[in-house]
Amino acid sequence: MSSLQPAQLVEQLHRGDPRSVARAISLVEDQSDVGASIMQGLDQQRLDEALTVGITGPPGAGKSTLTGALIHHLRQQKIRVGIIAVDPSSPLTHGALLGDRIRMMDHALDQDVVVRSMATRGRLGGVCAAAGAAMRIMAASGCRVILVETVGIGQSEMDIASLADITVLVLAPGFGDEIQAMKAGILEVVDLLVINKADMPGAQKLLFDLGKGLRASDQVLQTCASEKQGTADLLTRLLSLEKMLRQEQKLQQRRLCSLRQETVDWSLELFKKRLTALVHAQHCTGIDPRVAAEQLLNRVIPG
Amino acid sequence: MEVYRVLIAKPGLDGHDRGAKFIARALRDAGFEVIYTGIRRTPNEIAASAVQEDVAAVGLSSMSGAHARLFPAVLASLRQAGAADIPVLGGGIIPAEDITLLQEAGICSVFTPGTPAQAIIKAFKDACQQQHQHRN
Amino acid sequence: MSKKDPSLQGWQDNELARTLARFPERKDKFTCHGGRTVERLALPEEVDQEYLDKLGFPGRYPYTRGVQPTMYRGRFWTMRQYAGFSTAAASNERYRYLLEQGQTGLSVAFDLPTQIGYDSDDPMSLGEVGKVGVAIDTLADMETLFDQIPLDKISTSMTINSPAMVLLAMYIVVAEKQGVSADQIQGTIQNDILKEYVARGTYIFPPQPSLRLITNIFQWCSTNAPKFNTISISGYHIREAGSTAAQEVAFTLANGLTYVQTALDAGLALDDFTPRLAFFFNASSNLLEEVAKFRAARRLWAKLMKERFQAKKPATMMLRFHTQTAGNTLTAQQVDNNIIRVTLQALAAVLGGTQSLHTNSRDEALSLPTEASVRTALRTQQVIAHESGVADTVDPLAGSWYVEQLTDAVEQEAMQLIERVDEFGGVVACIENGFIAGQIEDAAYQYQQEIESGERVIVGVNEFQVDEDVEVPVMRIDPAVEDEQVHQLKQVKAERDQEAGQQCLSDLETAARSESANLMEPVLNAVRCYCSLGEICNVLRGVFGEYRGRAW
Ligand SMILES: Nc1nc2c(ncn2[C@@H]2O[C@H](COP(=O)(O)OP(=O)(O)O)[C@@H](O)[C@H]2O)c(=O)[nH]1
Ligand SMILES: [Mg+2]
Repeated sequence: MSSLQPAQLVEQLHRGDPRSVARAISLVEDQSDVGASIMQGLDQQRLDEALTVGITGPPGAGKSTLTGALIHHLRQQKIRVGIIAVDPSSPLTHGALLGDRIRMMDHALDQDVVVRSMATRGRLGGVCAAAGAAMRIMAASGCRVILVETVGIGQSEMDIASLADITVLVLAPGFGDEIQAMKAGILEVVDLLVINKADMPGAQKLLFDLGKGLRASDQVLQTCASEKQGTADLLTRLLSLEKMLRQEQKLQQRRLCSLRQETVDWSLELFKKRLTALVHAQHCTGIDPRVAAEQLLNRVIPG
Repeated sequence: MEVYRVLIAKPGLDGHDRGAKFIARALRDAGFEVIYTGIRRTPNEIAASAVQEDVAAVGLSSMSGAHARLFPAVLASLRQAGAADIPVLGGGIIPAEDITLLQEAGICSVFTPGTPAQAIIKAFKDACQQQHQHRN
Repeated sequence: MSKKDPSLQGWQDNELARTLARFPERKDKFTCHGGRTVERLALPEEVDQEYLDKLGFPGRYPYTRGVQPTMYRGRFWTMRQYAGFSTAAASNERYRYLLEQGQTGLSVAFDLPTQIGYDSDDPMSLGEVGKVGVAIDTLADMETLFDQIPLDKISTSMTINSPAMVLLAMYIVVAEKQGVSADQIQGTIQNDILKEYVARGTYIFPPQPSLRLITNIFQWCSTNAPKFNTISISGYHIREAGSTAAQEVAFTLANGLTYVQTALDAGLALDDFTPRLAFFFNASSNLLEEVAKFRAARRLWAKLMKERFQAKKPATMMLRFHTQTAGNTLTAQQVDNNIIRVTLQALAAVLGGTQSLHTNSRDEALSLPTEASVRTALRTQQVIAHESGVADTVDPLAGSWYVEQLTDAVEQEAMQLIERVDEFGGVVACIENGFIAGQIEDAAYQYQQEIESGERVIVGVNEFQVDEDVEVPVMRIDPAVEDEQVHQLKQVKAERDQEAGQQCLSDLETAARSESANLMEPVLNAVRCYCSLGEICNVLRGVFGEYRGRAW
């Protein structure tokens, strides 16, 4: 599959063609111009209808397993689903090991389960820069629900919470520091808290400890993802939460906030690149860096 | 700077993934984004994953002697998925006469025990580079 | 204290005397050329408390110096060489030949579909049937495999883990048909599922139901087949996956502790099943570290059994083990060098006090070995046994400052790892959270990087190379084997009593759903009705689910 016109690619991805979906995501991820024009042509109605769910939590809590269970339930209802699994890139080599697929291979041959592994590529905070675009491409291809799995330790849950419509924090006994989560105020930004591995000792205690920080008692769910226990419930909760948010116009508000935030993030990312190039091109020796920065900035955004 | 995405997969039933995991790590350390599918994947699963992940190359590893049947089966699955342009590299305990057979079938590089990691990384780089050129 | 220490006297009067009475030594007198006597057991000048705590006497707690008082002066280790053949008929022919040659033990390697519970006609089996061992689909194949082989006279070792219960059941039914009852059969099943999740990869079900199957086997065999070794707890594959020596000991013993605890939790009595536990280790090339490893493993297991389970019987505390030389150290380059590697490794196993030994053939890592190289591998053991003299005295390296220091170090490092596993909540938790696999992978990666950088020299690979065509020899299994096996399976399935088979499978399902049921009887029934391995495993898959690898 070589040099496709953006319009053609968009048309094919709207039909759900797996290769076109995948290629479109790459084009955006690689920040190509073609990628930019693809994003302009996506079916807005599909984007509006899709639900995006962030699934975050410490490594080992069971996010991928839980995602696998959600895929199972969604497919039982014949809902086409997209999955974005984000793992960190090495800051040194820029390489990455993306291994979340292993837990989702049950659905490897199902064309209506679109899985994409993505590396953070230098973006801090656990979400990659192109995640938002990848979500929209999947939505445009007909995915009704898109699950985004990100590693969340401490603060980085915030980023996914601002990107996704609904955010689920997954914790498990013995994994990650729940006290840390409470201190960082994470419980306030996530919509649902899942205590996974309910079959393991310590789950009750975790539930009790965290109960104190919750807005409402129905904000928390217990699951045993490996046995698909409580996971159908979780899906029901997600879908009814969506319905409520839509009815109260809150989903639309969240989307707007999210798009704004994404715009700021992208601006900063692009800005830094250009700025760096600019500074390197200038020979401004002898000027205090802080003064030089003011001068430079005044040229772009007059203060 | 271009980032290459590759898929490392183990077709067939053998669970000896020491080699596959070593290569996955070595590729990561060489700057690749490596998607690992785990052991026991069917050719169709591997092809479908390669397409969804839009990788520039697929690396296969087999230690049980099933390469002769399984590597070409992966190529066939890729063709069927409309992804014949994704190059496939393979490694394992592969006798000399099979190397020729596999290459004739369309496997672009074949590695055997003792192939230095640097040579393997270079082969992946070349394969990815070619695939990316073909894209644009 | 001196050599006249009362504990020495006690050992001589009890353990040693009893052993000598029952099993006389190989020779009346062991001497060097010229007549100098070889001592049975060399001892320090002073047999003090520290010596007794750390080393003691062979055949006595903590078993550092070996599990028998006279070790190889009584009898050499068992030289057990095995090979895999693609079909039941070909294997049967080979077995009968070996038995005619005076061999008393058989060793069966199964192909991968069998090891993972797939029938030969399953799409997953494509290309794998008969590749690394024999394909067994139904009882009919097992009948062919042991045709005219008296199962009351031989012992059979089967490398089978996740579906071990099914293969054991088939073996028992074949014996039954020969008129041999289960209490007469002898042999070993590997049956060690925990290492499959972290190293070898032939798992089917998740850890918990797998542990239940194992405990069911322990329980059933302790009353019905008491002469059968129900598990071989294997560090071999952990090491092959790239672990260090200390990790090999640690994770193997941790697995062992898990099996013991699970069986106790299920209500078994410690002394009923522990004597039937056997271990299986790797012998790699670092000679002295390997010797230390074996000695450390023995001492640590004895201590753990005593301290954690209040074991009292010697048979419960003794770590008996089989050893295989390290396949991963064999090189495709200058294959003859492998003979030297295997010699060092075999020597390590013998100096470390192994109970049985498989020496790899020079070309074994790359293909099914040729007959000539199999012979050389066996000769390697025989030269060590008859010519090297190391078998004439017990634990010859004891007391070497370096070896003792290394033994302590390996034991300590292993114990620390076991404690970390405990802190994480045990082996099953460490399979889930990736701790064990991660440790092994890190060690493997580091080792390989050292080779790649040239820091670690592998002769013929990254130094001392010659210009040669490195040829991997051909391991050609006729593809017709797969078609033939599939054909036979179809025939068996067509000819059996379908209704009875279905009934057995549904009974099995019911039993599997009730957590307290022992599945051995329902599996025996299903096997008798020629239900296939795949059908039986599919029923269990339906109830237990399948294990997916850990995300990585
Ligand atoms: N006991 C138990 N283990 C679970 C459960 N959910 C997931 N696991 C295991 O926890 C480990 C980590 O799961 P994974 O989904 O990879 O976690 P992630 O790193 O958060 O994506 C795996 O071995 C799972 O099998 C559960 O509900 N109970
Ligand atoms: Mg994950």
